[in-house]
Amino acid sequence: MKKTLFDKVWDAHVVDSIENGPQVLYIDKHLIHEVTSPQAFRELEDRGVPILRPEQIVATADHNTPTTNQHLPIKDALSRNQLNELSANCLKNGITLYELGHKNNGIVHVIAPELGITQPGMTIVCGDSHTSTHGAFGAIAFGIGTSQVAQVFASQCLLLAKPKSLRVTVNGTLKNGVLPKDVILYIIAKLGTNAGTGYFCEYAGDVFEDMSMEGRMTVCNMSIEMGARGGMIAPDDTTFAYVKGREFAPTGDEFDKKVAFWKTLPSDEGATFDREYHFEAADIEPMITYGTNPGMGIKITGNIPTNLTDDSAKKSLAYMGFEQGESLINKPINFVFIGSCTNSRIEDFRTAAGFIKGKQKAENVTAWLVPGSKKVESQIIDEGLKDIFDEAGFELRQPGCSACLAMNDDKIPQGEYCVSTSNRNFEGRQGQGSRTILASPLVAAATAIEGKIIDITKHLN
Amino acid sequence: MKKFTSLVSSAVLLVNENIDTDQIIPARFLKATDREGFGINLFRDWKFQKNGELNKEFALNNPNYSGSILVSGNNFGCGSSREHAAWALSDYGFQVIVSSFFADIFKGNALNNGLLPVQVSEVFLKALFQKIKDNPKTEIEINLTEQVISVKGTELSEDFEIDPYKKTCLINGYDDIDFLVASINKIEAFEALQQH
Repeated sequence: MKKTLFDKVWDAHVVDSIENGPQVLYIDKHLIHEVTSPQAFRELEDRGVPILRPEQIVATADHNTPTTNQHLPIKDALSRNQLNELSANCLKNGITLYELGHKNNGIVHVIAPELGITQPGMTIVCGDSHTSTHGAFGAIAFGIGTSQVAQVFASQCLLLAKPKSLRVTVNGTLKNGVLPKDVILYIIAKLGTNAGTGYFCEYAGDVFEDMSMEGRMTVCNMSIEMGARGGMIAPDDTTFAYVKGREFAPTGDEFDKKVAFWKTLPSDEGATFDREYHFEAADIEPMITYGTNPGMGIKITGNIPTNLTDDSAKKSLAYMGFEQGESLINKPINFVFIGSCTNSRIEDFRTAAGFIKGKQKAENVTAWLVPGSKKVESQIIDEGLKDIFDEAGFELRQPGCSACLAMNDDKIPQGEYCVSTSNRNFEGRQGQGSRTILASPLVAAATAIEGKIIDITKHLN
Repeated sequence: MKKFTSLVSSAVLLVNENIDTDQIIPARFLKATDREGFGINLFRDWKFQKNGELNKEFALNNPNYSGSILVSGNNFGCGSSREHAAWALSDYGFQVIVSSFFADIFKGNALNNGLLPVQVSEVFLKALFQKIKDNPKTEIEINLTEQVISVKGTELSEDFEIDPYKKTCLINGYDDIDFLVASINKIEAFEALQQH
């Protein structure tokens, strides 16, 4: 039988199947962080169940960490306690932890690929919905709840019904100024926020084949925003070149053997999917969102739809302070955030710096740049990007999830708009009463320079 | 895990669609390291106005609504995987959530906490909305054994789907950890095969 990439990886990890019920799926790598793990550690302790494979778990502190003065003790007592509990749990159970300040610390979905922990053909889980990011490598990666974190601790497995398969194909060449973020915002705007629920999505076609690994991660990251548990892209030479030489990647003959295996993973010609969508690259333009879910997106030069009749959509527009039919061009913006597991990799900061170089941010704008990891932070400094950002008046902060979910002090004030490279524009996501407009790092950088939303396509060389 | 077989209760009606877990429990309340006490902050930013005063318009503040069933719009529980959302709903006193569609991760989290997501058709949901609007004391019966949701004293009822394994777990109060720990031999045998 012809198999999809998803089938191949899934089927290779099935330990057992319950009649008329779920399957027992083996998990290769379990990533954990401070917010969704403490209750799982307690659960196991209360039951007297040991952690089965601590060596397959990697921990980092990212969601609830400050992005300034990371060398100082954390002021907020609850946050400090949560981080201390992670450290104590990891120490007690022999789990590798990259705590705050460690050279490998950063956002869980940035560091695992960067360290070569993420590899094709693996099953990877984390108590975070954006675990779908790792699917960029041709891995099955998805977010889980804390009860499931406890299950993986106890058994290195999960009980799951196999999801259905979905393929989104985008062919052609992207226009100048259209970034991977625009591609995924476009797809979600077209399909809606629950089109993928119950499915695992494979992204196929020229557009994804031509993308860098960073770009593929941006796309797969937001699969959950259309409801899909995960997104995947077939591993290819771009993937192998990215993995090679990284700290935890296989080396020498072992690497070659792995590559030979990874080459067998792409979906078989003629494999069938439960659902398919096709789009053309030429139809995609720089995107922004206008509402309070990521499906409420338009091209930056477009107008807010005029057919928003249901109460939820109306409530959403009222929250954002926008009108039906309105254009967002020239809308004044006071906050810009470039960061999050969606867009905090070195490529994102290179793109931003490329636009910013030699310019000054607008006076009204507070512009936060939050790298995804210590490594990205170092790269920004080593490549001279920090100088560009400093001169332009942008604030380069220390790594973490930061204003994507505003669990720490990085909050957007009540009523303010923030053009953000993150993944969710939910009400209050970036702070109580904050209004988020999702966009690419290029659009975010341009907004910071102009102090308002502009038609980026008119400002490209 | 708590057992669940059936329930008769009035319901709280929250008609919004696409309710994400950031609304159910905002991120700033995720700093606790135990499972208890999240109920007080359930829908915190909808419950209160910007000035900190109670939002009397909001369903949970409506004195006419009561009961341990939450009836809500399409695509309930989307967004973040935070299980704190399920904990908050349970801690507040809800035992059942009725919607025409649930996001995957939330659905799993709810089931793992003995909180039953009942997925109904759009038509049934609309009819249920109307019944509760007409009479907020309307009693709804959830029968998990028979997989039926019905409105007491009316003809309105519908069958609902649930994974048979999850149904068994809920009725008996089993959870997945019990099952998985009992499967360790098979898991180790699988690992041994992978080494070769």
